[in-house]
Amino acid sequence: MGLNVEINQDALLVRLEGELDLGVTDYLRNSLENMLDQNKIKHLVINLRNVTFIDSSGLGVILGRYNRVSSQGGVVSLVAAQPQVRRVLALSGLLTIMKEYSSEEAALSRVG
Amino acid sequence: MQVNNHAKLEFQSLPANVAFARVTVAAFASQLDFTLNDLEEIKVAVSEAVANAIVHGYENRTDGTVFISMSIGDLALELKIWDYGVGIPDVKKAMQLTYSTDPERMGLGFVFMQSFMDSLHVDSTPGKGTTVTMVKSAVSKVTV
Repeated sequence: MGLNVEINQDALLVRLEGELDLGVTDYLRNSLENMLDQNKIKHLVINLRNVTFIDSSGLGVILGRYNRVSSQGGVVSLVAAQPQVRRVLALSGLLTIMKEYSSEEAALSRVG
Repeated sequence: MQVNNHAKLEFQSLPANVAFARVTVAAFASQLDFTLNDLEEIKVAVSEAVANAIVHGYENRTDGTVFISMSIGDLALELKIWDYGVGIPDVKKAMQLTYSTDPERMGLGFVFMQSFMDSLHVDSTPGKGTTVTMVKSAVSKVTV
């Protein structure tokens, strides 16, 4: 799994790559928590364009960060999920609590 | 179900093996005429069952063994995924949407298995382990 982060004003932009399952949840959770701890961040934008697989373990990491960010008044947005990933997101109900955008720019312009 | 091909897999209860398991099962399943979408669904169901075995069955211990038996019939794939872990005290409760013993896990594992496979059966004995049996039907047999 690959992880690339960028800070855009008070938003953390996270680009994920590869497969999000139990094998990467600890690494992903710790990396995101560290970023949120060390920076003054309100909103979280997660780019899923290069994510090829997600299951409930991967969704759990996203939901955990959603709980943290939204409890502090921030917004979590998802960008460009591939169809098979999107189906899992939709079935989980995550799409009812997070906004979805087709590009990073669109997501960032809403929270910037 | 008349079995035309069968394979068995056993591996250590390590998180890294979740990906190994789903890719292996999908490769075996592709002997049937599944669509790419079907194969993606099988991969999610296998991931959930194996992750449950590791996280709940063996409570994240890495010295357990997870077993998968895969059978191909004329028009269907049958999977049995089992562990010799702690078992589930109340299977009915465990299969409900909001049930999870871990706040970061969503309790969605069984929901995905149920939604993505045509049938799901869970057998569990506390202290002995859990067996998940799932079947997915394929549209038609591959003709080579």
